Amino acid sequence: MRLILNGDNFETSNPGTVRELLDELKIMPGRVAVEVNLEIVRKADYETYKLGEGDKIEIVNFVGGG
Amino acid sequence: MEDKLIIKGIEFNSRLWVGTGKYKDFEETKKAIEASGADVVTVAVRRVNIIDRKTENLLDYIDPKKYKILPNTAGCYTVEDALRYSRLARESGISDLIKLEVIGDERTLFPDTIGLLEATEILAKEGSIVFAYTNDDPVMAKRLENAGAAAVMPLAAPIGSGLGIRNPYNIKIILEQAKVPIIVDAGVGTASDVAIAMELGCDGVLLNTAIAGAKDPIKMASAMKHGVIAGRLAYLAGRMPKRLYATASTTIEGML
Repeated sequence: MRLILNGDNFETSNPGTVRELLDELKIMPGRVAVEVNLEIVRKADYETYKLGEGDKIEIVNFVGGG
Repeated sequence: MEDKLIIKGIEFNSRLWVGTGKYKDFEETKKAIEASGADVVTVAVRRVNIIDRKTENLLDYIDPKKYKILPNTAGCYTVEDALRYSRLARESGISDLIKLEVIGDERTLFPDTIGLLEATEILAKEGSIVFAYTNDDPVMAKRLENAGAAAVMPLAAPIGSGLGIRNPYNIKIILEQAKVPIIVDAGVGTASDVAIAMELGCDGVLLNTAIAGAKDPIKMASAMKHGVIAGRLAYLAGRMPKRLYATASTTIEGML
């Protein structure tokens, strides 16, 4: 299945849920926020939110800034 | 009596707030912030590096349990973008604070205050604690306060310019009218600049480049800490009136 992840094509054999994607990427859910097709996914929904073909996913965190 | 800054029930241990941009590395960021004594640090919201998962994270160095994290909307030129970044920052679960920027011009990074006002109102209603980065415009400062800003943050000068407080009289008027805290944000260059802001009666100063861009950022961080303390004390002490002519400090009584 093909996803658009942070602006780039991303192939995964097991798209599953947001939580499974974060696990695959080794990203700790505590420090990020996730958007799917411009909608923010609440942390409580990570386990149940199913991803689909072509979904546009953004995963953001905090970096240095003023 | 303790002189603590309190905004929306949140107690702040320092009136100096600092950014985390432009440092050589995270180690320098950490040391500079420690030297500054700040307990609020600004951060930006950006994409996670998917390709290189070994890259270190800022929050490994800046512990959110120790510091209040103030995410910004730097780089946002529209209300929609500013709302999107603010909501993502809130959903991270790390902070309900937002340093709201809606930028109106690339060269000066001056705010688009019309967009800022709109975004402030929406986010305040959603429960965000909005710190609005704005011009040194007393009318707009009042409008932002009325729109629900928790604090108003007028610029001293353009972001990263180090020019110091360009219009102390406007800042003074903003302070006279304000019912919310006023934090000078952006444009200060050195310790005397922050002392002036505090002597005017500002509730705090937020800066980044003035420390990160100094030859010795850690030393400058310490200088800024003392500048804020000195300026605040001078404000509370109440300065002597200015006079055109001299008044002798030494009595003439007993002279020969």
